[in-house]
Amino acid sequence: MTKELEGLARKARIYALTMIYHAGSGHPGGALSAMDLLCHLYFREMDYDPADPGRPDRDRFILSKGHACAGQYAVGCLAGCLPLAELGGFRKLGRKLQGHPHVGATPFVETSTGSLGQGFSVAVGTALGLRHRKIEARTYAMIGDGEIQEGEIWEGAMFAAHHRLHRLCVVLDYNKLQSDDLNRNIMGVEPVANKFRAFGWRVEEIDGHQFDAIEGAFGGFNRETGRPTLILAHTTKGKGVHYMEDRPHWHGSVKMTEDNLRQALTDLNCNPETIGKCRDGTIWEESLD
Amino acid sequence: MRKRGLETVYRLAKEHPNVVYIGSDVGKGTLAQFQEEMPERFFVEGIAEAYVIGMAAGLAMSGKMPFVNTIATFLTRRCYDQIAVDVCLGNYDVRLYANGGGLVYAPLGPTHQSIDDIALMRALPNMTVFCPCDADEMERGIRASYDHKGPVYIRVARGGDPIVSKAEAGFAFGKALVFKQPGDLLLISTGITCQISLKVIEALAERGISAGLCHLPTVKPLDRDTLEPLLRQSRFVATVEEHSVIGGLGGAVAQLIAEGARHPAGKFKSIGIPDVFPQGYGRQENLLARYGLDVDSVTQTVTAWMEQT
Repeated sequence: MTKELEGLARKARIYALTMIYHAGSGHPGGALSAMDLLCHLYFREMDYDPADPGRPDRDRFILSKGHACAGQYAVGCLAGCLPLAELGGFRKLGRKLQGHPHVGATPFVETSTGSLGQGFSVAVGTALGLRHRKIEARTYAMIGDGEIQEGEIWEGAMFAAHHRLHRLCVVLDYNKLQSDDLNRNIMGVEPVANKFRAFGWRVEEIDGHQFDAIEGAFGGFNRETGRPTLILAHTTKGKGVHYMEDRPHWHGSVKMTEDNLRQALTDLNCNPETIGKCRDGTIWEESLD
Repeated sequence: MRKRGLETVYRLAKEHPNVVYIGSDVGKGTLAQFQEEMPERFFVEGIAEAYVIGMAAGLAMSGKMPFVNTIATFLTRRCYDQIAVDVCLGNYDVRLYANGGGLVYAPLGPTHQSIDDIALMRALPNMTVFCPCDADEMERGIRASYDHKGPVYIRVARGGDPIVSKAEAGFAFGKALVFKQPGDLLLISTGITCQISLKVIEALAERGISAGLCHLPTVKPLDRDTLEPLLRQSRFVATVEEHSVIGGLGGAVAQLIAEGARHPAGKFKSIGIPDVFPQGYGRQENLLARYGLDVDSVTQTVTAWMEQT
């Protein structure tokens, strides 16, 4: 089971990096740190139908840290929400996959994000709205660590706990780095777990790259009956690509050179043939084995 | 007006189970009956506006129609990004009930004086900007909003304004109301400058000037069909608004004129709050007079302008 997810996450990383390479810009760091969590969400956790993205009782997912969308698009594609060829249109004029998730353009994107802090509130309102309509669906959101410096996060956190929105699960992709530097060098966010606990949330603190741990944390959320859940997932920015790991430069928006792409794909155990297909874009013509 | 608007929201909520009220710490007792009878649809959110807009968008996405009630400046300035991205971009049915449009909160100073809200809101795609002149028009507009697709900004005046709108004239978003056909002069109003303008017309008549009035309950959409012929036939056109001269009613009409809807010898004047943060606190009427928006000042301004020209 874990092996299967590891394989999917590897493919998603290859796709995301290739998308960013061909777009000439993008945010690889946060997409790579979030990738394992996104894979678990789309392949193990959420109940949705790729063929019917508007199904009223679907689980909702909002990528509040919208700049990591290359990760969501790659995983969404692997999950059947998008044809493979669409990934080649990332950040291109008039195509479905824009530089931030855009409602309407992309079928499985619930709301436009990119202005940090706001997707979290929309998730809170979505969870409340579903409860009002007596729809059993769950609402998931993913936020970044720099994002929790936004006051709006804590306003929404207070509301969600006050209204006991136990069907709301927020995943914090805690890679410790924001655009310029470590959080702690810009505006420290610790102690994150205790802050959310103090706000009335259930907190599951895990290694966000360990699929067993991820599964356990979502299990805890699904058993919870009275509080919203924060999954505080410790991650590595740029995970899987040695020269990107823990380096703020690769937050983005960055241009990847051909050499960058080759090195990154080599780290992901791609053979020369696959690297060649990624480089020339023929990777979008048939699924990667 | 404020009370009637909220009462109408309450009645709409009684009729339609998807209507939700969200108040952002706007005082105890607001809609007590609503809270008592429909507590599951009544939210008071503390002093925290920004996330409320995102949350309202989320509620709207889930089939609800939230009415968000707070002070106009906090809604428009603090939450501009949220209104643009969360609400307007997706064209969701969120209603922004903005208390204190214009100089209503004169005593509370520039933090509370909403002199740029029309400019901010009309710049947003999908947004409807509704500025009723009296309680009756407020009620018609709130009722109409239930069947309207997309966000609506509702500019709420202080209240107690004389009722001048008429039921037989009807109401629709984007429909202007011609109170009087123009002679030499056409005045164009929105919100409570409708009542001010009606009195200005009386004062001007005593001076032998024949003025008409076109009132715009919605600055956006702008009723071009009604306005353009009037602009073409009036040599003098003046907009009167309780708002900055930048980007509001005057800006909207000036654009129409600049685009060609004008009398061959037409002159235009925008009467509003100059490009300043109003100084001096005081009461609404004090600041209206200070910035040339009371009946006497508008009458003087218009007379002098027409004489000079």
